[in-house]
Amino acid sequence: MQIVKLPKENLDEFMGSLSKFGEIHAPIKKDENTYLFSKIEDLSKIELNYNRTILPPKKYFLPPTETMFRFSPEKGYEPPEDNLNKKYVLLGLHSCDIHGLKILDLVFSGTYVDNYYFTRRKNTSIIGVSCIPDDMCFCRSMETDFVEDGFDLFLSDIDDSYLVRIATSLGDDIMRANQSLFKEVDKEDIAEYKRKSNERKNYFKIDLELYNLPEIMDLEYESRIWEEIGEKCLSCGTCSMVCPTCYCYDVFDELNLDGKTGERRRRWDSCLFKDYALVAGGLNFRSERSARVKNRYFHKQRGFVAQYGRPSCVGCGRCIQSCPAKIDIVEVMTKIRSASYE
Amino acid sequence: MSNHSSTRGADNIYQPSLARIVRILPQIEDHRLFQLRFEDPETRRSFTYRPGQFVELSIIGTGEAPISISSSPTRPGVIELCVRKIGRMTEALFRLPLNSLVGLRGPYGNGFPVAEMEKNNLLIIAGGLGMAPLRSLLWYALDNRSKFKEIILMFGAKISEEMLFKYELLSLLDRTDMKCLLTVDKDEEGIWPAQVGVVTKLFDVVEVDPEITYATVCGPPIMYKFVLRKLLERNFSKDRILMSLERRMKCGVGKCGHCSIGYKYTCIDGPIFTYWDAINLPEMI
Repeated sequence: MQIVKLPKENLDEFMGSLSKFGEIHAPIKKDENTYLFSKIEDLSKIELNYNRTILPPKKYFLPPTETMFRFSPEKGYEPPEDNLNKKYVLLGLHSCDIHGLKILDLVFSGTYVDNYYFTRRKNTSIIGVSCIPDDMCFCRSMETDFVEDGFDLFLSDIDDSYLVRIATSLGDDIMRANQSLFKEVDKEDIAEYKRKSNERKNYFKIDLELYNLPEIMDLEYESRIWEEIGEKCLSCGTCSMVCPTCYCYDVFDELNLDGKTGERRRRWDSCLFKDYALVAGGLNFRSERSARVKNRYFHKQRGFVAQYGRPSCVGCGRCIQSCPAKIDIVEVMTKIRSASYE
Repeated sequence: MSNHSSTRGADNIYQPSLARIVRILPQIEDHRLFQLRFEDPETRRSFTYRPGQFVELSIIGTGEAPISISSSPTRPGVIELCVRKIGRMTEALFRLPLNSLVGLRGPYGNGFPVAEMEKNNLLIIAGGLGMAPLRSLLWYALDNRSKFKEIILMFGAKISEEMLFKYELLSLLDRTDMKCLLTVDKDEEGIWPAQVGVVTKLFDVVEVDPEITYATVCGPPIMYKFVLRKLLERNFSKDRILMSLERRMKCGVGKCGHCSIGYKYTCIDGPIFTYWDAINLPEMI
């Protein structure tokens, strides 16, 4: 991989130049210790030292709600002429969030390719940035604490500079458009990068042990822990909304006031919502909250592994931070694994 | 990832194609058979499917729902959907007059492994609306009669007035190249021309070699319990028992998540599952 260096004094100029490649979106501070990805009007608002945003970057590719078709009795269903092709630059993604997008790519590709998702994906350049884990991060357990692809550029903090990895031709174009801002990497930079990444290991405070977890999940399918969490869970679906890998959506038709034309829309859904598995006639395959909680954990740590070869969790810590009932996925999985828990 | 990407036409996996309701055949109470024909001649020609697959049906202004195909691909031109009026979508469908336009996309799901089932006996066991997907398989097998060994249909309804496709199926009683067993639980007036009793009783009059037979089952949950027990008593391998399952298949293409069971999606891994799959997937039936 091509690797260069961006001295920090050139960062502002570099960020300013990105608008040539699309509308810039990056983390900004909402209030004390709360960040969000937002459109950038003022470069000084960008916060590259942040722990996590409330919503993950999936909102740019699978928006909370979107129009899939406009319909009318005469013309049937027509996709809207909207701005799927607008160019964006997403700056400041952490490694875990880039892995989150790679997981969504798996889901929305395959035999049936979702081009609402992929058109946006192809029109958005991704610039990652390194981070220091806090006490809710467990990306190291999920093997998402580093990332080798899925970005155009990745900036790793090495004190007075960023070491910049260039992963794509577009990344190269972005770098070359401002070539004078970049320097060659020397031996000391590499040594500093290695020192920093070794040191980073020590900052992790929690660990979700993946070793034979799918087997353990099968063995504990009838465990009373699911009842216990079912008692605590409020079925609010917050964990799904803030999850970088939750992709479930609901589809609904909205009629205009003329009673004939309208829009088919989709919106984020959660398997924790009561009517998620309801079928016509009123049969609900998961009417119990404990069954829904269990299904969510099973899908992430067991089902997704069987389907795609890895769990659909990147250890970003958002569900731990956001759960109003203080349900902690790391605690739940640790309990499940514990031999003393029956 | 292809370089080309658009949400137009064939590039859009969610795009419904317009189809016209060309015939409505009332069945039993609250059940109708809808014959649909694609408006676009090219789609009409190219649309083909396997028995056991389903389509996503759109009612303009109401929504979209998965419906299994009741017709056989051996009889192209129209697609038949047997629908029970049970919710908002189907109520809207029942209000549509003849010649209305609806949206269709598909076909989706794995369908029955018909190539693998050839050269075997077929034991088709249905209860109630479970006949809808199995009718596709039945006519497929009858239209390819020489490819299959024995064909046996076991179909049960509570009473004669509740038997779907009654006249069509009664007409099969005359065929000598298949065994058509139609049973009603109750026949108080003593006028039913075929069997009386629950569907599992039909096993008393059937002799099949489980080694060379595929059993296909679709019906209400309670029926599965008793039919599966009978099949296992008869030494059917769990891989040779095929069941068609219902879930909330909203997108049909393995994205929206609603039809997941354990680590399978009903819409792309099913809706046809072997009994072995069923045992190994939690909350399956």
